[in-house]
Amino acid sequence: MTAHPKTRRKGIGPRVREALHGYAFVLIWIIGFAVFTLIPLLQTFFYSLNQVTVSATGIDLSFVQWENYTRALFTDPTFVELLIEYAIETLVSVPIILIFSLIIALFLNLNFRFKGLFRTIFFLPVVITSGPVIQELTAQGATSVPGIAISATVEEFLAELPSYLSNPIEYLLTSFILILWFSGVQILIYLSSLQKIDRSIYEAAAIDGASAWESFWKLTLPSLATTNLVIAVYTIIALSHFSENKVVKYIYGQTYAVEGGIGYASAMSFLYFLVLIGLLVLVYAVLNFQAKREVA
Amino acid sequence: MVRGITRETIKSFLLGNRTSHGLLFMVVVYLLLIAIGFVYLYPLLFMFVTSMKSPEDLLNPMVQWIPTEFYVGNYLKAFRVLDYPNTLRASILISVLPSVIQTVVCSFVGYGLARYRFWGKNLIFALILATFIIPAQNTVIPQMLTYRDFGLLGNISALLLPAIMGQGYKSAIFILIFYQTFLSLPKVLEEAARLDGASDLKIFIQIALPAAIPSYIISIIFSTVWYWNETFLTVIFLEGGIQSLPMQLSKFVQAYENLYPPGVVNIFDRLNEAVKLSGTFLNILPLLVMYFVLQKWFVESVERTGITGE
Repeated sequence: MTAHPKTRRKGIGPRVREALHGYAFVLIWIIGFAVFTLIPLLQTFFYSLNQVTVSATGIDLSFVQWENYTRALFTDPTFVELLIEYAIETLVSVPIILIFSLIIALFLNLNFRFKGLFRTIFFLPVVITSGPVIQELTAQGATSVPGIAISATVEEFLAELPSYLSNPIEYLLTSFILILWFSGVQILIYLSSLQKIDRSIYEAAAIDGASAWESFWKLTLPSLATTNLVIAVYTIIALSHFSENKVVKYIYGQTYAVEGGIGYASAMSFLYFLVLIGLLVLVYAVLNFQAKREVA
Repeated sequence: MVRGITRETIKSFLLGNRTSHGLLFMVVVYLLLIAIGFVYLYPLLFMFVTSMKSPEDLLNPMVQWIPTEFYVGNYLKAFRVLDYPNTLRASILISVLPSVIQTVVCSFVGYGLARYRFWGKNLIFALILATFIIPAQNTVIPQMLTYRDFGLLGNISALLLPAIMGQGYKSAIFILIFYQTFLSLPKVLEEAARLDGASDLKIFIQIALPAAIPSYIISIIFSTVWYWNETFLTVIFLEGGIQSLPMQLSKFVQAYENLYPPGVVNIFDRLNEAVKLSGTFLNILPLLVMYFVLQKWFVESVERTGITGE
């Protein structure tokens, strides 16, 4: 980023000129951010403090303070339940996706025939995963592990467990393939990180007598600390933004419902956003702690 | 020659040595990959097989994986229910057009961030990340109301306007892709052009842009796929105006019963899972075709663009 060797306009220094040209390139994004993200976000927050009724001419607001929030948290029987379910399911899915995509990436990092074919298979879901498609597949029972989820033994076993344990397990069994289907981009990111690791470290370790097992735990995993973090964050966001997400669907339904309305849906959106940030912070803290320990 | 085969060579042939993996190891790898691959593809296989089953086959518990006859009746029905030619055209329109625009704009922004020093860049990066994290439902209602005021609901502009302003669907990823791309391109040519008196815009179009063609292709492909599959925004912004394939699929039951009223048609023409899954398959078919034609770009994208997020 060197300064321009000559300044054509007098009065403006090269640094200022460079900055102005830079702003020219990003200006449209800044305006877009204000128009399509910041203002709507503030407006949604404003709606969340109001009772909003849509009429033919416009919208009518009546200020209700935090009533929509207290209603979502303390009166609405489904919302909090869905929110907790979402948090648990996300926390169950993230480690599975991380481990699964790392294993697949380690496999694909080896040299063997038909590698391209397998890579194509494991990336395929990224291309076809959309809300309605997943909904159809789930409805037809195509996303559960064949033969396990529906067996009577499993059902009896689940009935014995307390609900806070049986719900995640049931989710795991019925949506296992679905969870794996969210690993496509993650596999690619792991793969490219694996390929960036210097091969000579492994050779040196092998000469020192380290087994492949040892070099995985002591070399590969520590160098993937940042990647783990990126992938965990990406996964949480991908799961939370998915249009078949129960909370998203519920909020969307409430937007047009008679007893719900825009104000109420906005309040729930912000509560949902808070939980999402909470999950991100939690996972970030855990993985960052892990990464620091690896380095130390 | 025979005496050359000692226990050591057999052992290394099976278990591998420092330079190559053994046969046993590779067999295990293949078996695992095939098993996982099968589980992975199970929903698709299930969908395809079920969609080829005739009503008799569906009721016959003996028919699991291989239908007794080649039956395309489900597809003919699903084709009609989905209003395929129209919804397909709409889907292509609402996915390709915003992606091309979004890619061009994001490349602009990424170039500005990568090539110029200016105050507030870190803030902009933080905001870009924020746009990635903020859920759509936190911003979509005011947008929808504004569009309604301008009469843009159901119009493709509702998707194009955010894309033009760099706020398209998942735009943060594309800005980062271009940021990485332009950061890694050598600056020598640009500086030479600048010495020759070329303007900044000219430098971008004539020197930076051609060097970043792979990133453009990848961005357009990914953006197209994501716009195609996106239903949350399209339902809110386009409902009543443009009907895309996934939108039509999500109300398949309703559309089916309009065409084949349940009380009127005979039992074999009632809606069954085979017809539904034919519809689902028709829905992803264009994406599958695109994927297998362009798969090199998909799977090599992360390596090519160097985006790993650091």
